[in-house]
Amino acid sequence: MCLAIPAKVLKIENNLAQVDMVGVKRQADIRMISNLKVGEYVLIHAGFAIEKIGEKEAEETLQLLREMA
Amino acid sequence: MKFVDEFRDRAIAERIIKKIEGFDSFKANLMEVCGTHTMVIFKQGLKGMLPEDVNLLSGPGCPVCVTSQEDIDKAIDLAKDKNVIITTFGDMLRVPGTNSSLEKEKGNGADVRVIYSPREGLRIARENPGKKVVFLAIGFETTSPLIAASLLDARKEKIENFFIFSTHKLIPPAMEALLKSREVNIDGFICPGHVSVTIGSNAYRFIAEKYNVPCVIAGFEPLDVLQSIFMLLKLIREKKAKVEIEYFRAVRPEGNRIAQELVSEVFEVSGVRWRGLGTIPKSGLRLKREFSDFDAEKEFRPKTEKSKGNLDCACGEVLRGVKRPTQCKLYRRICTPEEPYGPCMVSSEGTCAAYYKYG
Repeated sequence: MCLAIPAKVLKIENNLAQVDMVGVKRQADIRMISNLKVGEYVLIHAGFAIEKIGEKEAEETLQLLREMA
Repeated sequence: MKFVDEFRDRAIAERIIKKIEGFDSFKANLMEVCGTHTMVIFKQGLKGMLPEDVNLLSGPGCPVCVTSQEDIDKAIDLAKDKNVIITTFGDMLRVPGTNSSLEKEKGNGADVRVIYSPREGLRIARENPGKKVVFLAIGFETTSPLIAASLLDARKEKIENFFIFSTHKLIPPAMEALLKSREVNIDGFICPGHVSVTIGSNAYRFIAEKYNVPCVIAGFEPLDVLQSIFMLLKLIREKKAKVEIEYFRAVRPEGNRIAQELVSEVFEVSGVRWRGLGTIPKSGLRLKREFSDFDAEKEFRPKTEKSKGNLDCACGEVLRGVKRPTQCKLYRRICTPEEPYGPCMVSSEGTCAAYYKYG
C-alpha cells in the first residue's frame, strides 16, 4: 500500500503539478516538495508527490551496482 | 520507464547473487516490514535465488493486515449508516469483520466507494453536502502526511461533512515490539523505502544502537532489494549494527521535513492495537483535539462486535514472522484469495496472498 510510482513533472501551478506517470498524465499535489522544477522526477503516492528522485543519486546507485565484480 | 527498467537488469542481479554466495556460509534471518517488498520478493522469485541460509521473513508491513479486528468492525459499522458515504483504498473492501465486510455492506446498499487518493474523498464531500463522507485513513508513515494535508484543506475550505477514521500506524515501534518479544530471531531489517522517505534513516537508529540489529533502507526494484540484502549480510558479518540507505535516490537521513510537519500539525502519537502484536505504546496516530471535528469515531461512535476471532487463522503469527502461511491450518484448504478468512489473504500484498500466488 506504500506503493509510489516515479513520474516526470510536466507543468506546475501553485501546489499542483501535471505529471507523466508511466505514460499517463495525472495531477498531483506537490506541497511536500520544495523547489520542484519542470522536468524533475518525483515519487507519486495516492495523488501526492512524496519526494523528489535524485537523478544523480540514481546514476550513482547504478554505477555502484555495475561496478560490483 | 526511467528509474524502473535500469533497476531490473538480470546480469547485474546475477552478479549481486554471486557476491552474496561469496560470503562464508552463515545463517541469517532478514525481515522486511513492507508489503510492497513482500510483493517484489515473491513476484520476482528472489527467495529462490538466494543461498538457503539466507532466510527472508515477512513482518507486519501490510497496513490492511495489521488493522485490528475491532477497527475493521467499526469501519463496517460506519458503512451501515444510511447518511454516510464510506471512501476507502480498495484493499479494505473484502477484509472480513466479525459478522460482515465492507463489500457485503455495499451489496446490502451501503454507499462504499473505492478511491485512489484522499483528494477524491474531499471532492466527494464537496459534491454531496447532504451526506457525511468518511475516509478510512489506513496506512503507515508514507500515507499519513497526505491525510493530514487533506484535512488541512478541508478545514481551510470549511468542508464540514468530511471525516476520517484513523487507524494510522508507525513502523519503528512495531519493529521494536518484535525485537522485545524475542519470539523470532531477527538478524537484520530490510526497512521500507517509502515509509523512510517520510521519517528518514535516523528514525531507525535506536533499533541498531539499542538492539544491535542492522537496518538497510531498500528501494522497490529487484536490484534494490538484492543489493540491500547484500549490504545487510555484510553488516551482519562485520558485526556492525548500523543503519544504511540503499534507496538514497529518494531517502535522506532526516526524511521529508514538510511531511513530518503536516503530520504533527494534525495528529498526535498514541498507543494502538495491532492485529497479531497487541497494543504497542506510541505506535499509532490519532487526531489532535483541534481536529476532533473531523474524527469519525467521535461523530458516529461506531460499535465493535463481540469478536470471536477465528482461532484457526494464523494471520497474527504470520505477521510476527513466527509462522509461514503454509503452517496455517486454513491456508489453501479453506482460506483462498477468492474466499479469504484473514486479512493476510485478502490484501494483494499480504504474506498469505503472496505465498498463494507466487509461493
